[in-house]
Parts: sequence; C-alpha cells; structure tokens
Amino acid sequence: MSYSQRQYRGGWNDSSGSFGVLQRFRLDWPLFIGLLALSFFGLVTLYSASAQEWGAVLRQLLRLCLAFGLMLALTQMHPRYLELWTPWFYILSLILLLAVLVVGDVGKGAQRWLNLGVMRFQPSEFMKLAVPLMVAWYIRDKHLPPSFMHIFVILAIILTPVLLIAKQPDLGTAVIVASAGIAVLFLTGVSWWLIGSFVSLVAAGAPVVWFYLLHDYQRQRILTFVDPENDPLGSGYHIIQSKIAIGSGGLYGKGWLNGTQSQLDFLPERSTDFIFAVHAEEFGLLGGLALLGIYVFIVSRGIGIAYRAQDTYSRLVAGGLILNFFVYVFINMGMVSGLLPVVGVPLPLMSYGGTSVVTLLACFGVIMSIHNHRKLLPS
Amino acid sequence: MARRITLKDVIRETEVFSGRVIFAGVVIGVLALALVARLVYLQIVSYDHFQTLSHDNRVTIAPITPTRGLIYDRNGVVLAQNLPSFSLEITPERVGNLATTLEALGKLIRIEPIDLKRFEKLRKQISQFKTVPLRYRLSEEEVARFFVRRYQFPGVEIRAQLMRHYPLGTTAVHAIGYVARISEDEQRQLDDSNYRGTDQIGKVGVERWYEDDLHGVTGFKEVETNASGRVIRVLAQTPPVPGKNLHLNIDIRAQQAAEAALGKMRGAVVAMNPKTGEVYVLASTPGFDPNPFVLGIDSDEYSALSTSPDQPLFNRAIRGRYPPGSTIKPFMGLAGLEYDVMLPTKEISCNGGYNLKGDPHRYRDWRKHGHGIVNLRTAIRESCDVYFYDLALNLGIDRMAEFMTKLGLGNKTGIDIKGEVAGLVPSREWKMRARREAWYPGETLIAGIGQGFNLTTPIQLAAAAGTMGTFGQRVQPILARALQDPLTGDMEYFQPVKLASVPMVNRANWDQAIKGMIAVVNDPRGTAYRLSVGAKYTIAGKTGTAQVFGLRQDETYDKDKVDERLRDHALFISFAPAEDPRVALSIIVENGGSGGHSAAPIARAIFDQLLLVNPS
Repeated sequence: MSYSQRQYRGGWNDSSGSFGVLQRFRLDWPLFIGLLALSFFGLVTLYSASAQEWGAVLRQLLRLCLAFGLMLALTQMHPRYLELWTPWFYILSLILLLAVLVVGDVGKGAQRWLNLGVMRFQPSEFMKLAVPLMVAWYIRDKHLPPSFMHIFVILAIILTPVLLIAKQPDLGTAVIVASAGIAVLFLTGVSWWLIGSFVSLVAAGAPVVWFYLLHDYQRQRILTFVDPENDPLGSGYHIIQSKIAIGSGGLYGKGWLNGTQSQLDFLPERSTDFIFAVHAEEFGLLGGLALLGIYVFIVSRGIGIAYRAQDTYSRLVAGGLILNFFVYVFINMGMVSGLLPVVGVPLPLMSYGGTSVVTLLACFGVIMSIHNHRKLLPS
Repeated sequence: MARRITLKDVIRETEVFSGRVIFAGVVIGVLALALVARLVYLQIVSYDHFQTLSHDNRVTIAPITPTRGLIYDRNGVVLAQNLPSFSLEITPERVGNLATTLEALGKLIRIEPIDLKRFEKLRKQISQFKTVPLRYRLSEEEVARFFVRRYQFPGVEIRAQLMRHYPLGTTAVHAIGYVARISEDEQRQLDDSNYRGTDQIGKVGVERWYEDDLHGVTGFKEVETNASGRVIRVLAQTPPVPGKNLHLNIDIRAQQAAEAALGKMRGAVVAMNPKTGEVYVLASTPGFDPNPFVLGIDSDEYSALSTSPDQPLFNRAIRGRYPPGSTIKPFMGLAGLEYDVMLPTKEISCNGGYNLKGDPHRYRDWRKHGHGIVNLRTAIRESCDVYFYDLALNLGIDRMAEFMTKLGLGNKTGIDIKGEVAGLVPSREWKMRARREAWYPGETLIAGIGQGFNLTTPIQLAAAAGTMGTFGQRVQPILARALQDPLTGDMEYFQPVKLASVPMVNRANWDQAIKGMIAVVNDPRGTAYRLSVGAKYTIAGKTGTAQVFGLRQDETYDKDKVDERLRDHALFISFAPAEDPRVALSIIVENGGSGGHSAAPIARAIFDQLLLVNPS
C-alpha cells in the first residue's frame, strides 16, 4: 500500500491532482491524451476511407477499446513481472510463428494468419513487442556496452523471428521487428565503430539479399519505388495515386469526406496502409502536420520516459519501443508519400486492422508501466 | 572491488544510454523534418501538378451525341429514322481475360459468330481504352439479364443509343444513302470534338451530302467518374444541338412506282421538275438494304453485294454512262434548226440505209426497209436513223458537240449526292486529245443517232428532256427540299439553282422538236404510242435503243440469239404535260431491248403519280 502510494505521488501528474480517481490508473496523461487523439483522428479518417460506412469504424472502435483496456492493465503491472515473463513470451511467440508456417491461413498470397476459430491474428505482431523485450532481458545483467559474444546472441534473438516472418512473406513486419530489436541494441551502447562495420556489411550483403532472399514481388516493390511511373498500371499505381492524393490536398485539404482520390476509389488500400494519404488529401498539409505533430509529441514523451527510466531493462525496453514506434510512423508516411519503397507497414493507430492496434497499445502499456513504477529518487 | 566496478558501470551505462537516447532524438527530429519537407513539397510546391492529376483522374469530358436529323420525302413519309437501341460494348483493356469474358457473356446474351467477327475487326480499328461494340439491338430481356450480373463484367457496358434505321429498306437507297461506322480515314479528316460521341457518319447519298446538317452539334458534359470509370455525377453540361431534319423532293410513291416498274431489271429512273430542279424520283435497280450497313455489314454479305454482276451498290442514275441512242434525236433536230442547216419542212427519203461518199460502209436504219419520205417530225416520231445521219453530216461533229454541251450533256448536273460522273460528248478536239486520232466522218453519223462515243447519265438525260420542254431552261437537279429545325419546326427551303439557259434562236424551232416528241407518244405511229392511251395530260417523249454490242455488216440483230447482257439498252426520255412540263424524266433499262417496248411504259405510272395523285 505504502509502496503504491509512493509511486502515485511520484508520478508525472502528482501536482495536478485534478484527474481524481482516474489517477489511480497510473496513466501517463500526455501519452494517453496523445494516443486518444491519434485514435480519434484514425476513426474520423477511417469513416471517410471506408466509404462512410459505420461497420468498419465500429469494429475498429471495439478493437481500440480492447487495446486501451490491455494498455491500462499493463500499466498497472510492475515491470519486474514483465521482466520475469519476457523469455516465456518470446518463446511462445516463436512457437506461434512456427505454427503459422505449418498451419497458418493464407491471405493475399502470404501465410501470416493463425486461425483460432474465434479470431484470426498475426503472431508476427507479437514479435514487435517480444523481440525488444527479449533483447533487453538478455542484456539487462550484462556489462554494457555488450561484448561481441552478447551482440552475436542478440542478433540471433532478433534474426530468428525476422527470418521466419520474412519467409511468410511479410517484409513490412519483418522490417519493423528487426528495427525494434536493433533499436534496443543501439541503445545498449554498441560502439559506433561496430555500427559502422555493420552498416558496411549490410551494404555489402544487400546484393545477396536482393538475389537470394527477396521475393519477386518485394524486388518489384523496390524497383517501383525507384521509378513508379515505369509501371503506372501495375505496381506503380499505388504510389502514383497516393502522391496525387496527398499533393492535391494542398494546404487546407479537400475537406472531410471530400477527397476525390479516396472517395472515388483511385487510392488503393486506403483504409489500411494508405490511410495517411486519405488524411492528407482531406485535411491538407495542416492536417498532415497536426498528425505528425501528435506522433512527434508521443515519441518525445516516450523518449523522456526512457531517459528517466532507472534500470537497464526498463530504459532499454522503453527506449527500444518508442524508437520503434517512430520507425513505424516514418516507414508508413515515407512510403505513402513516396520517400520509401512500399512495404506493408500500417500507420500506428490510424490504419484499420486489429492485431497492430493491440500490439501498439500493449507497447505503450509497458512504457507507462515503466514510467509509473519508478523508484523515487531524492533529487 | 567488484562492487565499485559495478557502480562505475551503472553510471557509465547511464551516460552511454543517455547519449544514445539524445542521438536518437536528434535523428527522429531530422527524419520528422524530412517528412515535413516531403509534405510541403507534395502539397505546396507541387500542388498544381497533383491538383491537375487528381482532376484528370476523376473528371471526364463526356460528349452528348446530338440526335441525327430525320429524312422525309416531300409528303412527310419518313425515310430515315432513329430507333433506340441497346448495344453491348467492351473496353478490351479493362477486361481481365477477354476470352473468358466473351464466353461468360455468351451465356447471358446471344452472340453469333458474325458478332464476334465484327468485334474482332472493330477491335483493330478502335483506339485503346475505347469501347468496342459486340452486339447491337439487344432485347430488353438481354439488357435485364446483363444488368443483374453487371458486377461480374468490369469493362463491359450496355450503351443506349439511337441507331439509324431505314424503314423502307431498299427503296430510294441510292438517293438516301446510309450511315455506317466512321472509318479510320474519315476519322482523320473529321472535326474531332464534334464527332467525339458519334460512331456513324453518312457514307453515300444525301446522308453523306447533308452530313453536317443532319449530324448537329455535339454537346458536352463534365462528369465525375470513379476509378472503375463509372459516372458518379454530372458537373457541368453543354447541351447538344440536334441535327436538322431533311425533307427531300423525292415523292416516295412515285419512287416506289418506278422501282416496281423496273422490277428485277437493271436500270435507272430519274424524274425531276424541269423548272425548279426538284428531283422526284432517283431510282437505280437493283438496290440493296442499307440497314445492315448501319450495324456494320458482314464482310461476306458485303462482298456478295460488291461482286454481284448486277452491281446493286452502283448508282446507275448518276454514275451509269449509257449511249443516249435515239433519245438524242430531238436535240439533233433542234440543233439542225437552230444552226439553220435545214428547214423544218425538209424531207428526205429513207430506204433503210445511208452511204457516205467514198465509204463502202452502209449505215443502216433500225427499220430494215426504211421509213419512206420523212420530215423532222416523222423522223423523230418513228426514230428514223437515215434522217439524222444526213442531218449529222450537215451539222458536223463540232456544232453537234457544242449544242449537246449547251444542253448539259457530257457534264455533271451538280445533283446533291456524291459520285456523279460527267459522261462524254465527243468532238474532234476531244478525240485528238484523248485518243490522238483524227475524227472520221463516219463517226459523225454514228454520233448523230446517239451512238459511238456518246455517253450520258440518266440524270443528264432527264435534265436535257426538261430543258427541251421548257424551251431551254436549265436548272440544277436537287434532292433536298428543305432543312427543318427539329425544335421549332421551322423550314428552310432550298432555292432552285438556275443554270445558263440554252440560247434560243427561234422559239418555233423548239416547238418543232417538241411536236416531234409529242408525236412519239401520241401518234399511233409513234414508237411509244401505247404510253398515251388513257393519259389525262399530254406526254412528250423519245425512245432510244443503245447498242451494247456492235453488229457486223452482214448480221442482223436478233434479240433472242444475243446474250442477255449484250442486248441493247432501252431508253426513254420524256416530259409532261407537254405544254407546260412539270415533270421531266429519263428511264434506262439495261439490256432491255427497244426503248419503246421496255422503257417507255414505266413512265406512265410515274407521271400519273406525280401529276394526278400527288400534284405538288
């Protein structure tokens, strides 16, 4: 009792007091409000993107409620339990991933789904959380910066699920999972020299990946990214239409529900991966900047939390998750606006889809839990 | 010791971690700024570019095809109309698998091999991303069946449009003509914007000549379409101006009478008003049904028409070149009087042949033993050849040519349909120019009875007959009577186009020639006497028989022995009432034998229709 009260008073909002009972939920209010704002933007844009039908919006709302519930639950949990369960969570996710390869459902040419009868979900999504947790768990009691040996183990922790996911094939999720693990590794303080060597190695290995690991459609996506107009009716169509949608939005946008690219079906995948184009078309540069502002606000708040986290595990987890969150946002916005190749990465809390919402808010539950369970220091 | 090291590590770890977090924060800031820069670039710098692309994506300018004007005869009988028709059209580029789509469509809608054949042909002609018609005139049931499964057929649509239809079929087809799909050549020459929604264009006849008036002005609407090309709403609209209705001078009952009288014979009839040029009848048989051309005629069907020895596609009335034969004799007689080479009272004795000095050839009369003593009137009445051999010799070929040219023979009349040919009035100058040969006196004799090099068209002969009946008036024949605004009903009449009259020396000379023509029909000894029996008006006329096949000196022409295609053409020119002609006509029956026998009887039904039943 006394422990939790200390935590309560030590929270970010101990001086505000005006949130009353809700404060008992150990919420990090700035993060929570940021996430709510995102979800709100997401639902508003989704209503427009799904041809103004309530069905998709309500389904997404339901998922959001579930995910927020999960986030609140995780927030209450002390990070030490998380630490305790991390390896089991990682191993379970790995088993599910293997199960997908064996008995998974096929959708859109890839085997990504596990059907539990009641619901279908993508185990690869769990890895977005499991991999950074596992890396942090592994390194938490080691000397930092990690030795070659530890780096090698960490790379194995990261690459095992990444390769399994890439094999499904799901390049977008593989990239996100890999970046989540690598973000943690980066925060452990791996020397710049090693990072430089690694980057060089990747550059040298790129041709190998290109010729032996990538599927034709993945190669095509990259080629299309380099020159979308090369194939305007085929794989370049997505990116051309997306750029038209964003560009024609202008400063103020065409107005909610008035985006011609979105409403007249020119924009593909508009409620999922390309929802940002809908947003930017209808709300213009101002709307786009507002959305980006919210993301940056959430990320900076998350970075602040990681900065102030008190033990290795916590700070690595918080830092890795929040960095990965930004990678998520950047890859999606970058691909939708034509800066990056098209990889299937949804825009956090905006794109329609269940599993990613749950995983993302679970990550924020972990981050909030870390923040709210700090030990108070006398300074 | 160990504890100290651990403590040190924790501090160092924290420092390293903080450094990394700060570094990551900076990178995040830079990347976020890159995204901002990208958005500014797309939404501000390139706004106009993308705005245009977005606009072009959704806004399509759709033409609104004007309704083609209808065609009526002079009494308001509809000759060409527009019937609503549903056609099934395919944009091959929007269809995934064309073969399976066609097969699936075949289960819903009757698709004949002929439709597929035409579809394949049109596909090669029609540019990409445009619709290619597969079937025309779908039944309502077929339309309904398709619409139920429309979602299964992206790139396939049903188009409701008005299709030209000629209710009378073959009747007057050579005058009316037909519309058919615009060819690639025509496409290149057309005003693109006005024909954007138009598939068909007048190919022959008045449908072609009055194409601009009949077509109207295409309207446009700006429509918003979605990605699959379906129209969402209309943004702006410029209404089309419908084509004008065309009223023809044709009297369709007289036309039908002429075509019925020609029956299965190959031939032509032209009847016109000699003072105004109004063309009442322009018949050429055999004809053909223009309706298959509208839908896109099957190539087998077309080649059957185009290779038929009867040449149904050939408009004999304006393109057929026939020797005028004896129908030239009244003009010859008139020329003889006007050039003063003889008196109307001149008589000669005809014993069935004529000899030129120094020429062993005997120029025969059609009547073996001759006509006895003949003057101008009796020579015309009985069509005595010897009289006109003698006259031709006295006139000389150059004066003959001059006079016939003044009458309009050997020249296009200027009728308002395409394809008219000029024919030929021979002269010394012509022969030297065209054949590099001198003129022989014997050729003058032959020319004097309308044989030899002489070639005239039925329309020229009708016009010349009218010129005779009106004492030299010449007028351009015209099929179109008026253009009517379909909205207001206002009629805009075509005015007669008068041509230079034939200079008259003495009106009495013309009277003499006309009296000869009256005698042809009204005198019991006339070659077309039967025509006048029971007629309530006076008919003047002249029969003619044009040789297709030259006889040797020792041969006699035996109708039954000569191959049907080599038999003489039968001709008849006429005007009535003789005192004040309202109708002038010419009739040609190919290989019909003698003019009095085959051609002249046809005239009566036409005169009766035009002068008695429907006097206008």
